[in-house]
Amino acid sequence: MIGTALASAMAAFAAGAVFALAWPSGAGARRLSLASAFAGCVAALVLGVDMLDSGISWTWQSQAVLQPLGGVSLRVDPLGAFFVAIVALTGAPASLYALGYLRELDGRLRGRAVHALFNVFLAGMCLVPLADNAATFLFAWEVMALSSYLLVVSDPEQEGAAAAGLWYAVMTHAGFLALLAAFVMLAQNGPLEFPAMRAAAGTLTPAAQSTSVLLTLAAFGSKAGLVPLHVWLPRAHPAAPSHVSALMSGAMVKLGVYGTIRVLFDLMPPLSPWWGGAVLALGVVTALTGVLYSVAETHIKRVLAYSTVENIGLIFVGLGFALLMRAYDSGVLAAMGLVVALLHTLNHAVFKSLLFLAAGAVVHGARASSLEALGGLIKRMPHTAALCLIGVLALAAVPPLNGFTSEWLTFQLLLAGARYTAPSLAIMLPLALAAVALVAGLAAVSAVRFFGIAFLALPRTDGARDAHEAPLTMRAAMAMPALACVVLGLVPTLAVTQLTAVVSDLGLPMGQLDTGLALSLPLIGSRLWPIAIAALMAAAAIAAVLGTRAARGRQVRIDAAWNCGRIAQSPRSEYTAAAFAEPLKRVFTGFYRPTHEVTVEVHPVSPYFVRAITLRADLAPWMEQAIYAPVVRAAQRLSAQASRLHTGSIHLYLALLPAALLVLLLLGRWIR
Amino acid sequence: MTTVVLAAAELLFLAILAPAVVGYVRWLKARLQSRRGADLFQPYREFRKTFAKGMVIADTASWLFHLAPYVVVASTVAAAVLVPVFSASQAGDQFGDLFALMALLILGTMFLALGGLDPGTAFGGMGSSREMTVAALTEPTLAIAVLALALTAGSSSLGVITGTLLTTPANAIGPGHALAFAAFLIAMLAETGRLPVDNPATHLELTMIHEAMILEYSGPYLALLEWAAALKLTLLLTLAANLFVPWGMATSVGAAALAFGLVVVVAKIAVLATLLALLETRVAKLRLFRVPELLAVSFTLALLAATSSFFTR
Repeated sequence: MIGTALASAMAAFAAGAVFALAWPSGAGARRLSLASAFAGCVAALVLGVDMLDSGISWTWQSQAVLQPLGGVSLRVDPLGAFFVAIVALTGAPASLYALGYLRELDGRLRGRAVHALFNVFLAGMCLVPLADNAATFLFAWEVMALSSYLLVVSDPEQEGAAAAGLWYAVMTHAGFLALLAAFVMLAQNGPLEFPAMRAAAGTLTPAAQSTSVLLTLAAFGSKAGLVPLHVWLPRAHPAAPSHVSALMSGAMVKLGVYGTIRVLFDLMPPLSPWWGGAVLALGVVTALTGVLYSVAETHIKRVLAYSTVENIGLIFVGLGFALLMRAYDSGVLAAMGLVVALLHTLNHAVFKSLLFLAAGAVVHGARASSLEALGGLIKRMPHTAALCLIGVLALAAVPPLNGFTSEWLTFQLLLAGARYTAPSLAIMLPLALAAVALVAGLAAVSAVRFFGIAFLALPRTDGARDAHEAPLTMRAAMAMPALACVVLGLVPTLAVTQLTAVVSDLGLPMGQLDTGLALSLPLIGSRLWPIAIAALMAAAAIAAVLGTRAARGRQVRIDAAWNCGRIAQSPRSEYTAAAFAEPLKRVFTGFYRPTHEVTVEVHPVSPYFVRAITLRADLAPWMEQAIYAPVVRAAQRLSAQASRLHTGSIHLYLALLPAALLVLLLLGRWIR
Repeated sequence: MTTVVLAAAELLFLAILAPAVVGYVRWLKARLQSRRGADLFQPYREFRKTFAKGMVIADTASWLFHLAPYVVVASTVAAAVLVPVFSASQAGDQFGDLFALMALLILGTMFLALGGLDPGTAFGGMGSSREMTVAALTEPTLAIAVLALALTAGSSSLGVITGTLLTTPANAIGPGHALAFAAFLIAMLAETGRLPVDNPATHLELTMIHEAMILEYSGPYLALLEWAAALKLTLLLTLAANLFVPWGMATSVGAAALAFGLVVVVAKIAVLATLLALLETRVAKLRLFRVPELLAVSFTLALLAATSSFFTR
């Protein structure tokens, strides 16, 4: 079953790539290739769900390709299956969405390339969680990285796409190098198979262990977007087509989470508590940084990209907690931490792909991507607005949607940790809890701002005024994750029971779980019954509606809003995105370090006659500049030095070739 | 079955009492300011009047404007169900805990803010922005205060917290309890938009927060929003009273015990409301950008409470 599902998924992706490139008509290529991608995702979902249900692992090996590096080795275990399911869950709506979203590209080669790469990207992401040796893992990882890079730079008309691609390529390849080094260290001259690495990991020296943990965190953190390695996310997401952004945020960054879990929880023995604390702190810093910038950004996709950074932070809070508890030998708490992290991974994949698809529909419909240029879309795009509202409510972690359940569990987790562990954590866990609460509150601000400024009030530009609703395929595609948000929010036990199988496979059994509709985990003294809360709210709302209907025998008058006596209401008087975030920018001024520059142009006759006032407010992320500017400068200096070799003399180049060969040979001999 | 009936009775009690609490605070403030003041039934009359009036809806408003009052009411009612009022048997524990209550209140706040943004007026946006800012900054304080309570009780369920305190009153003497109480009270002022964070008596001023968001609402919608705000105040006062001073709650289902519990909880709410009126008469409104400082004080208190509960458990 699993073998068939995997083979059909890969065959579908391959067929999709071929259709995209070879089918005679552009429209046919788009339809067939995206249908193949959709079918592939369905097959991958079948694989994931079947594995999680049956619990029987499946392996497959071949020496036909990648032979010198150890061949291809695949293994489906519950953890991998879960992540394959996440890829499939975000991939399927994205494929359907692209059907309507990229119709304009039918006549162009670029459209074909995007569809083909999309299939390759999906295939790479499905393979990463199944790899069972370093060679397969790195190969799939690189397929995923390269195809997504090409998708990021696929739109040459997009401003800044090339620069975004460069950032992305550099970060992802630095991560690749770190990953390679981590695998080599973990293998300790043994074979680069995961089972062998698992067996050998216990014998690592402390220094080697610390180095490999650091390298792992750097490698997967650069993919997941841990601060300060998150810099590519807010650049690459706006440049990529929206369905690709949805896949990148929903699935690809999650594979960074997957890698971290695979190495730190599966391959490596329990680490010292120090590492758990460090990962937890890193998660908190990432979440706070992400949410604070997501509150202040005005480009809609950058708002969402920073919110992805925030959510990755929350996931790593769970992971750090699990690492910490594993070190303290509290198996059940560690298992809970991992379950919460994985549940949030799933929840975030669902609602963030929904939001990116909605953002794409907004850009598509209103031809603008800055919040300041939007407004009033709820009237022109009511369906997109309703679906997006579900997404932002999930993002803000309010009941009864799925974001809330993982948020609630994170709170419970930190509470249980504070209750059952050493007093040495007496300050750390409450502070982490406070930070998570602040993140939740700020996420609500960001959600209100995102939805309120883009969809409500009056349109701020002509593009927003003439916006059109998204085509049916796009709306249907958005409805899929929206439905998942609601279902996972109302019945979280659907996912949680599967996740206990995943963590017990990693050697962290969690004990018997409630499998009813209410959520309660071991060691947690409280329950959450989301479907009952939803029913309560529905009952109260219905009562209020009926009461209002009964009372409203009198007229409802539609009239102009109160504008302090101004007669005409114009969008110039409504709150902007920048204004909405202003109080928080002032409160966290030490974090943002905003720059203000006011120039007043006065009449030559008297300084009291002001002609114009211009205000430039900028919010450049100073931490990024502090860290990356020296690196960029050093790289530029090095390349300037290297370019001095490029004299144009062919003799010099020919002389350099054997010199390089000699150096390599000597190096090889020395290493041997 | 009895627990369900009790829970429904408690909800009904809070729902009916809510306008009276607002009326009482207003009356007492008026007396303290040497005014005669309307009696405590005035909010009921206002509710009846506004509820029966026609509505004026802004021509720029969308369907969200109509949805928001209902969501605000629904989330506040759901939050009220979780609150233990006069009986220690707590059906609300089946639904959720203090963290769920916080999230429900945030849901209401979000829809208030969205409803404020929808007509596209400057006041609405201003109120929304400020309300969300204050709400976000209050979250960590509330979370830590909840943590401090939950650490001693072993659960964040409201019924368990009050129940533990009823059976082991010694817990209430610890420093953690008092600190958490103080922190909670400050956070509550911010949550419910009272002085010194927001002035509930102001209307059409640049300093207003809550009133600015509901400026465009009229008729039944306004009545619902005003009632939801009153319910939120009442439920948070009840919460403060019962989480920190649960004595007097009925531990059995006898009529005498329940009647006694009812009287005691009204007395407790009255004491807290009196304190609120005194405070609102004494202090001036803080500048918006000074509010974080107030919340920082509250946060520090809550953190101290949480850490001290590690030593007393």
